[in-house]
Amino acid sequence: MIVCKGITKIYKNHSAGSGEPAIETAAVKNATFDIRDGEFVAIMGPSGSGKSTLMHILGCLDTPTLGTYLLDGKDVSLMDDNELAEIRNQKIGFVFQAFNLLPRANVLRNVALPLVYAGAGKEAREKAAADALASAAFPQNFWGHLPNQLSGGMMQRVAIARALVNNPSLILADEPTGNLDTKTGEAVLHAFQKLHMEQGRTIVLITHESYIAEYAERIIHIKDGEIIEDGKNHRRRLVNNI
Amino acid sequence: MNSSDLFQETYSALLANKARSFLTILGIVIGIASVIAMVSIGQGAQGTIQTSIEGLGSNLLTILPGIVQPGRGIVSAGRGTAQTVKNEDAESLRAIPDVLYVSAEHQRRFQIISQAGNNTNSTVIGATAEYVSVRNVSMDRGAFISDQHNRSMARVAVLGPTVAGDLFGSDDPLGKTIRINKINFKVIGILKAKGSAGFFNPDDVAIVPLTTMQKILAGADYLSTIAVTVSDKDKMPEVQARATELLLERHRVAEPDFSIISQADILGALTQVTTTFTIFLASIAGISLLVGGIGIMNMMLTTVTERTREIGLRKAIGAKNKDISLQFLAEAVMLTFLGGVIGVALGWLVAVLVSQFAGIATSVSIQAVFLAFGVSAAIGIVFGYYPARQASLKNPIEALRYE
Repeated sequence: MIVCKGITKIYKNHSAGSGEPAIETAAVKNATFDIRDGEFVAIMGPSGSGKSTLMHILGCLDTPTLGTYLLDGKDVSLMDDNELAEIRNQKIGFVFQAFNLLPRANVLRNVALPLVYAGAGKEAREKAAADALASAAFPQNFWGHLPNQLSGGMMQRVAIARALVNNPSLILADEPTGNLDTKTGEAVLHAFQKLHMEQGRTIVLITHESYIAEYAERIIHIKDGEIIEDGKNHRRRLVNNI
Repeated sequence: MNSSDLFQETYSALLANKARSFLTILGIVIGIASVIAMVSIGQGAQGTIQTSIEGLGSNLLTILPGIVQPGRGIVSAGRGTAQTVKNEDAESLRAIPDVLYVSAEHQRRFQIISQAGNNTNSTVIGATAEYVSVRNVSMDRGAFISDQHNRSMARVAVLGPTVAGDLFGSDDPLGKTIRINKINFKVIGILKAKGSAGFFNPDDVAIVPLTTMQKILAGADYLSTIAVTVSDKDKMPEVQARATELLLERHRVAEPDFSIISQADILGALTQVTTTFTIFLASIAGISLLVGGIGIMNMMLTTVTERTREIGLRKAIGAKNKDISLQFLAEAVMLTFLGGVIGVALGWLVAVLVSQFAGIATSVSIQAVFLAFGVSAAIGIVFGYYPARQASLKNPIEALRYE
């Protein structure tokens, strides 16, 4: 359960030495919304709209300047770096546009990486990684491969499995189809829909394309740092049986 | 992150850049190897000097004119200038109980020429018959200077093997004539080779009767050295005190204008010299180690920049600052430790080769080996700390965006 109350993020541009006062830019202004457990939400907006900043706050990579952010009842807004790292490790799963897999580690080790920082033993890690790979529909005969031996779609499935491995409260997908062609992109979006429908995962999808946002059940539109629309997606695209 | 995960991460990261890791390690290898080799040469020299001085006899007192300050070395003692010790002083020392032999000596460097025209510049010592007993020399061929030679101011010489070789090559010098300072001397004996004793080569000498030296060659009535052997090692301090008293009285002075040095003093002074020498060599080698350490830091900074996105990802999925800094620190320490291991082996090999082929004694001490390991690990920590800290302080958002 996510509760955001009056989230505001202000960046200060210090012009060094000029003596002029710092220029303040509000990337996110007074964002207030809730996300229930098991919801599939898209945050949509053009580039520069503040959706990335909002994503960083939701993903506990950054803290808001003003407002409170409750993640599973915990106030994250005032935590320090190490506490945030722990929260990310336990409660957040990230899927990035550029996959961000470790090039030297094979698929299984990449997926198990969050558990390394959680302090899990080797056997527990491998079992959880295997389960996560199965959930992401990743074929078992590629588990020993290195990322550069995989296609883009497969790499993104590895990243999805990595996001699932710590059983997070929230999966944050930042333009997950940005580096993929339409067909593989669609397959990845179907994978998210399946996770949402079959496992009841809470997913937040950040995108600038309405076509992609339409896979979610709810769309939050953001423009110039402000939420301009927040409601049910009436033109939902649904999983074709793949 | 437990230690086996850390080890695996480090191992795979270093293997990913084999050439770069190898070159970086090489810097440490050269540094550690040169420290080990230099220290072993220094310690070997110390050992050689110690044994050769002890071989001269531990109950020898040396009386020199002028003041020789302990610790300031005995190398430049003003022996050439101070003229305070005379032949009569040597004779008077015989009266002290427990004195076995007294060898009065006057030495100076001269050009020595053979009939064949070969010449050499070496130390000519004017000595008495007691020189043999005091200085522990033995004859290879012929006879040493006798009392008769001294009484008659005979123009005879005994050559050390180095001088004999320089002047006569493979010919037999016995009975031949040499010229020292334009005066003819007949060669009556050759010394047995003793081997170099650190800084002084006892084989590179020519010995003539003391009277001949003083009256004909040098034209001087003073001595450069009186060497005294004492019957018992335990009597050394007593004899030294009595000799001091006696000479003060004879010279009618309150402060000594001479120095009495025992073997222990010489050993102490030379040990100080060789220790300084060892430190000097080790510090030069240490500079290369420092350069190697800078190489480590350079490589680690490059690695951190290259792997910015990886750092961003690791932080995003829950790595804390200390996890990141530990990971990069481990890489630096692994590099320097490997460098240390290979460097110790290489330094040891160099030390063995040096003693094998250059004839310089070397000794690799266990302390030096452990010190090298410690230093190499410490270099990893010192030079890896800054890059590791840089890595750990990266903002995850910016690091993830890094291209």
